[in-house]
Amino acid sequence: MTREEIVNKLRERFGADAFSTSEFRDNYRIILPVERVYSVLEYLKISCGFDLLAELGGADYLQYPNARDRYGVWYVLVNTTTGVRLIVKTFTNDPEPTVPSVYPLWKGADWMEREVYDMYGVVFDGHPDLRRILLPDEFTSFPMRKDYPMRGRGERHNFPIISRPES
Amino acid sequence: MAVEGLSESVMVTQLDKLANWVRKNSLWPMPFATACCGIELMATGASRHDIARFGAEAMRFTPRQCDLMIVAGRVAMKMLPVLQRIWLQMPEPKWCISMGACASSGGVFDTYAVVQGIDRFIPVDVYVPGCPPRPEQLLQSVIDLQDKIQRTGTIAGKEFQIPAQGHPPRSLAVDVPPTERMVAPGNYATATRLQSE
Amino acid sequence: MPLELADAIATPDGPEQEYLWTLNFGPQHPATHTTLRLILTLDGETIVKAVPDIGYLHSGFEKLGEHLDYNQYVTIVDRKNYISPVANEIAWFAAVEKLMDIQLTPRCQYIRVIFNELMRIHDHLLCCGAAALDLGGFTAFLYAFNQKEKIYDICERASGQRFHPSFLRVGGLLRDVDETWIDMVRAFVRDFPKAWNDIVRLLNRNRIFIERTKDIGVLSKEEATNLSCTGPIARASGVVRDLRKDEPYLAYKDFDFKVICAREGDCFARYLVRMDEMLESCKIIHQAIENLPSGPVNVDADSKVVMPNQLSVYRSIEGLIHHFELIMTNRQWHTPVDEVYAAIESPNGELGYYLIADGSGVAYRTRTRPPSFIHFATFPYMIVGHQVSDVVAVLGSLNIIAAELDR
Repeated sequence: MTREEIVNKLRERFGADAFSTSEFRDNYRIILPVERVYSVLEYLKISCGFDLLAELGGADYLQYPNARDRYGVWYVLVNTTTGVRLIVKTFTNDPEPTVPSVYPLWKGADWMEREVYDMYGVVFDGHPDLRRILLPDEFTSFPMRKDYPMRGRGERHNFPIISRPES
Repeated sequence: MAVEGLSESVMVTQLDKLANWVRKNSLWPMPFATACCGIELMATGASRHDIARFGAEAMRFTPRQCDLMIVAGRVAMKMLPVLQRIWLQMPEPKWCISMGACASSGGVFDTYAVVQGIDRFIPVDVYVPGCPPRPEQLLQSVIDLQDKIQRTGTIAGKEFQIPAQGHPPRSLAVDVPPTERMVAPGNYATATRLQSE
Repeated sequence: MPLELADAIATPDGPEQEYLWTLNFGPQHPATHTTLRLILTLDGETIVKAVPDIGYLHSGFEKLGEHLDYNQYVTIVDRKNYISPVANEIAWFAAVEKLMDIQLTPRCQYIRVIFNELMRIHDHLLCCGAAALDLGGFTAFLYAFNQKEKIYDICERASGQRFHPSFLRVGGLLRDVDETWIDMVRAFVRDFPKAWNDIVRLLNRNRIFIERTKDIGVLSKEEATNLSCTGPIARASGVVRDLRKDEPYLAYKDFDFKVICAREGDCFARYLVRMDEMLESCKIIHQAIENLPSGPVNVDADSKVVMPNQLSVYRSIEGLIHHFELIMTNRQWHTPVDEVYAAIESPNGELGYYLIADGSGVAYRTRTRPPSFIHFATFPYMIVGHQVSDVVAVLGSLNIIAAELDR
């Protein structure tokens, strides 16, 4: 099944205006509203054979030129039999950025979703164990957001000092 | 020195010097290897460079058997309470080598999550520059530390009671404007951060 | 209402749960190589549940990528998977060059292929050597490190740094390689199979090693795909997928090599796949070094993506302007305002970059697809039902690099 056939199948199933597509170099993207993302991904997995979720990531489009939505989440899907790659993309916004979890479809999404939550605060609805993965639990910010400074807000300096005579 | 009237196999020396001589030639490193430098530390222990030539090949992974901590690699915010706890678990006398740019100063990682030099929070004896330092540099630092032990060591550990010059370095927290500051102090005893102030 | 019998049995704090106990493993433990932490729930010696706790080396790599330009970021990428630094660089520049639509010169492609394969050997040597070390085979570790030092020498000759070469640049390389470098690679290709054979003879029929790795940490083919595994770990479970064959990048179309796979999916299969991949890599290096094309390593300077040579900077106005444009932080590269995903087959699996560009010389967002991170997520599935001592064997076979895991 080629990329065009898959997109045609999706159009038949979900309607012609359910999603938009874009192409850049060899990347083919399907851009979806967040309400429809789970059903389309489920369809892609079950009926189109996309058995490998190669990558799941997020970004903050706060300062991006001509961006309309703040948080983007993408899924890079691969069909391991035919080798077709497809990128599915969706957007979500403050104050409660929420995207449905794809953990029921691909178990590999587990940690990748937790990382996006850790870095951006995007909540994955339906994830069985959504908590911080890389940063300490006590950390209160989402460091990859564009309004968080690169050098942090002084968290890295707040530790007790052990000097030589007292250790 | 040899003493007249005694046989040549008898020597007289200061007890401090004898203790230093013994201590410096049997350093047992505790490899606190977090990142890239850890691989160079392994290379230092492996065949070509062979740290055993300097009597420091007995790497022990439990802090309670070691007297030299080699911090190899950057120390992240989440790791620092662990580092402090391991340092406190080591028996006296103990020394610390900060291996590589990241451990000594944060290196290229001037970001929210990396501690800008472990010497802000624990005492350090020898700094090794490089990213990562070559095994030869690490061997040189071991030799330098041996020299330091021989020169300054005392059997009662008196040299440890004198605070080192310029320790700890100036806190970087003052560079952060007060509006940006968020205080979440760490506690090495429980390895968690508590909210206060 | 009286309690039913079924409820009493299913209650989690019933008497059958009392003897479970918790063991903390890491973050500072010799077998974790760097900094991982596992919280194991044990029934005697058997593991009932494993919860990994990571992030002890989180250093903000991706945040740094938003503040450094495309060439500067190479020093940071190097430090991600520090066992195979140049493979990271190749992946990063694959994304950047796909974004800017740059076609590399044949010589550059070949040199990159040689480096990629050297890094594969380097990575697998450390993985197999350290796995053997953890399971009690110290000699294999020393043999592996001996060969690793030779690859360090090759990197040092090419770039001047043995550990983090930072050898690649947008549209080419830092500099061309010389005859001595070619001779060093030739000598390595000639000597490596013998050293490989030494390691194989130490381990492949070593009863202790086999008994500690065979049927340990089994991952079935369906599970491997569902858990997003790629690279040697997926191939050891029977997934025939190698980006060098499936989506050929650089000059991989020109070379003759096999994709190594196994069916068992246990630690021993992963070890065997890694060992055999080293020989295939050696074959690729041999073909590449003997057919190394001549010509420039950088793309044409008129394309305005590579630095002009120093002579033209001093002698011509075009060269000076061109150099100035690339150096000044407010000019630099002019990229499309778009996003791109590019992946290569790194030693550990699919290493990809999702790059969002906003038209300036600095990336807007650099997202890594880290194979170590994804492979470590499979660990809780693999280890359940095994003994505590098997934790070390499974960790060794997964080849987790903490800097890539935590970034």
